[in-house]
Amino acid sequence: MSPLDLSFRFKLPLWGAVLILLTALAVSTSSLIQAYDELKEDQAMDAEVLSNSLVSIVFPLMLHDNVWRAFETIANPVRNIRPGNLTKVEAILVLDQKSKVFVSSHPQAAPLLSDLASLGPDYAWLAERLNRPGHPPVTQVLEPPGSHYIYFLTPVTRNDATLGTLVLVSNRSAFLSRFTEMAWHSALIGGVVLAILLPFNWYWGQRMARPLVQLTQRMGQIGKTLPESLDPRMYQARDELGRLFDTYNKMLEELREKSELERQMVQSERLAALGQLAAGVAHEINNPLGGMLTAIDTLKCHVGIDPRMARTIALIERGLLQIKDTVAALLVEASLKSRNLGHHDIEDIRTLVSAPVHKKALCLDWDNRLKDEIPLPASLIRQILINLILNAIHAAAQSGIVTMEIACVGEELRLAVWNDGKILNDEEIGHLFEPFSPLSEGGHGLGLWVTYQIVHQLGGNISAKRADGQMLFSVRIPLGATT
Amino acid sequence: MLSDWSSYLATHIGRPVEFVSRDRYTDTLDMLAHDQLEAAWVSDSPYILIRNQVRLVAVPVYHGRPLYRAYLIVQARDKATRSILQLRGTVFAYADTISHTGYLIPRYELAQAGEKPSTFFRKTFFTWGHRNSVEAVAQGLADASYVDSYVWDSMQKIAPNVTNQTRIVSRSDEFPFPPIVANRSISSEDYLRLQKTLFRMSDDPAGRQLLSRLNLDGFTQGRPENYDPVEKMMRAVGDK
Repeated sequence: MSPLDLSFRFKLPLWGAVLILLTALAVSTSSLIQAYDELKEDQAMDAEVLSNSLVSIVFPLMLHDNVWRAFETIANPVRNIRPGNLTKVEAILVLDQKSKVFVSSHPQAAPLLSDLASLGPDYAWLAERLNRPGHPPVTQVLEPPGSHYIYFLTPVTRNDATLGTLVLVSNRSAFLSRFTEMAWHSALIGGVVLAILLPFNWYWGQRMARPLVQLTQRMGQIGKTLPESLDPRMYQARDELGRLFDTYNKMLEELREKSELERQMVQSERLAALGQLAAGVAHEINNPLGGMLTAIDTLKCHVGIDPRMARTIALIERGLLQIKDTVAALLVEASLKSRNLGHHDIEDIRTLVSAPVHKKALCLDWDNRLKDEIPLPASLIRQILINLILNAIHAAAQSGIVTMEIACVGEELRLAVWNDGKILNDEEIGHLFEPFSPLSEGGHGLGLWVTYQIVHQLGGNISAKRADGQMLFSVRIPLGATT
Repeated sequence: MLSDWSSYLATHIGRPVEFVSRDRYTDTLDMLAHDQLEAAWVSDSPYILIRNQVRLVAVPVYHGRPLYRAYLIVQARDKATRSILQLRGTVFAYADTISHTGYLIPRYELAQAGEKPSTFFRKTFFTWGHRNSVEAVAQGLADASYVDSYVWDSMQKIAPNVTNQTRIVSRSDEFPFPPIVANRSISSEDYLRLQKTLFRMSDDPAGRQLLSRLNLDGFTQGRPENYDPVEKMMRAVGDK
């Protein structure tokens, strides 16, 4: 796996961390380089100031060969080193014009009149430089290769008269320790900044990545199942990511609606097919049945039938009548001409069902909002309502609640019946409106089938769903519908 | 210390006393000559130069006697030198241009041996004080020097770390101690009071304490002719 394939959960914080580290490194390096240069400049300036003041004192002393005063003068800055001094003066030498020691702060190491070149490799290197003609009358900073010391050479000059050279020997370590100290400070500050920025960066990276990761997972599930919506609290900003969340949730919502629509379509197509099938079968049965019933009638009119025969005929007739009833029920004929539906039709049904309601000690919540007559066939609506109410009463728990609402909203009639009985699952709801429903207990399972057929013949629709722990059957029928 | 001594003297003489110090002997002599000083503590050879212009007040008593010596000192690491004649080609520190022990004696000794200091030593320089000469040798600036025994001994007490870096090669004969002299312009009363005060310092505790800090025993009457050997030596070298 290439590092580029790494999850955003790691990639974002890691990239952030790398950038922060690089920035911190670049900033501190550049500031250190600058500090180094400035320190170096300060040191040179320090040394130059000291050298120049010493030269002005030493010049007349050299002129008068006053070795002792010159010694006192140059020994003083070497002895009295202030701790913060950039230039840690280790030694001072005053050379005459022949590069011999006129006086030195350390006569044991650099005795009077000794040759500069004889004092050691650093000094030999300096002597070689000093003997080059035409070196400028200002302080020169010389760093012999591989030496621990820095040398500041200033000519002892006044009014164009040059008596010799003042050599200031400074230890590099003072400078380096000062620089190291500065570097440590800068590292410390950098560390503190990193200690603040890195966790913050990690938190921010995670915060950015987590919604993306979850979104990716959810998107991956689409096609196999419908994943859950994303919690909008997870990312509340209104930037591209936030909008992506919204879009995803909207898309999911639409997918869900589409799938619900498909499910309903499948169901209604199935029911329509069933209806056609049932109607076809009913017609096929009805024709011979009519013949058979006529034949039985004719047979009954004949005289001379012994009682045993008469009982058999009666048996056959009852059987055929039952078939006729069943077929009639299957073949919902809603062609009945009827008067318009009124407020009292609904109240009648309330009266009709009061007996089973009492029997089951139910609480019947009845909300009849119909006022005037409405242009719908009263008998069919009554049948729908009776079926639904009886079903609800049957399904409701003992001492349970059944609720009915009927109202005319706009150009349609809305009817809703709740019961607090058994909650059906999606599978069961899917087959609820089919004939001979296995869910029917004690009936022939045609009640909801008939209701469904009537509602559809009236151009409306019926649905069953779970609502707040109850089963809700709702019906919508457009006003003015006739079969 | 000098302020304690000056207030002691002021109390006993009954008039204000101010100490003035100069780096070079000649400066002190100039001030005496120009009546800028009433009394001075001068070295023995400067005294010879102004013997006729001043009155001898008192001579310090050191180790029981009004005498001192010159020490020839070298750096402590120099274990070999036994005499000034072994110091050819070295760097030599003189004290002052009119110092007896610090300038006259080395040149006198070399002259006795038929040597010229200007060619005998590789380099010489003046330190303008015996104390500085001891420092110069101790620090290694000079290889050798002649110093006042009184100064070296006193330094041994207060700064042994300096004197320990030097070694005494030889001790000279005794010479009369540098005297305290008075300008002839001061009144006899002041002269006598100063003299009496100095003589009696050893008689009272405050005076004894000052003397102990000065590393002296007391002050005694001196005679100008006691300094004649110094003058003889100066003449021998050509300084007078």
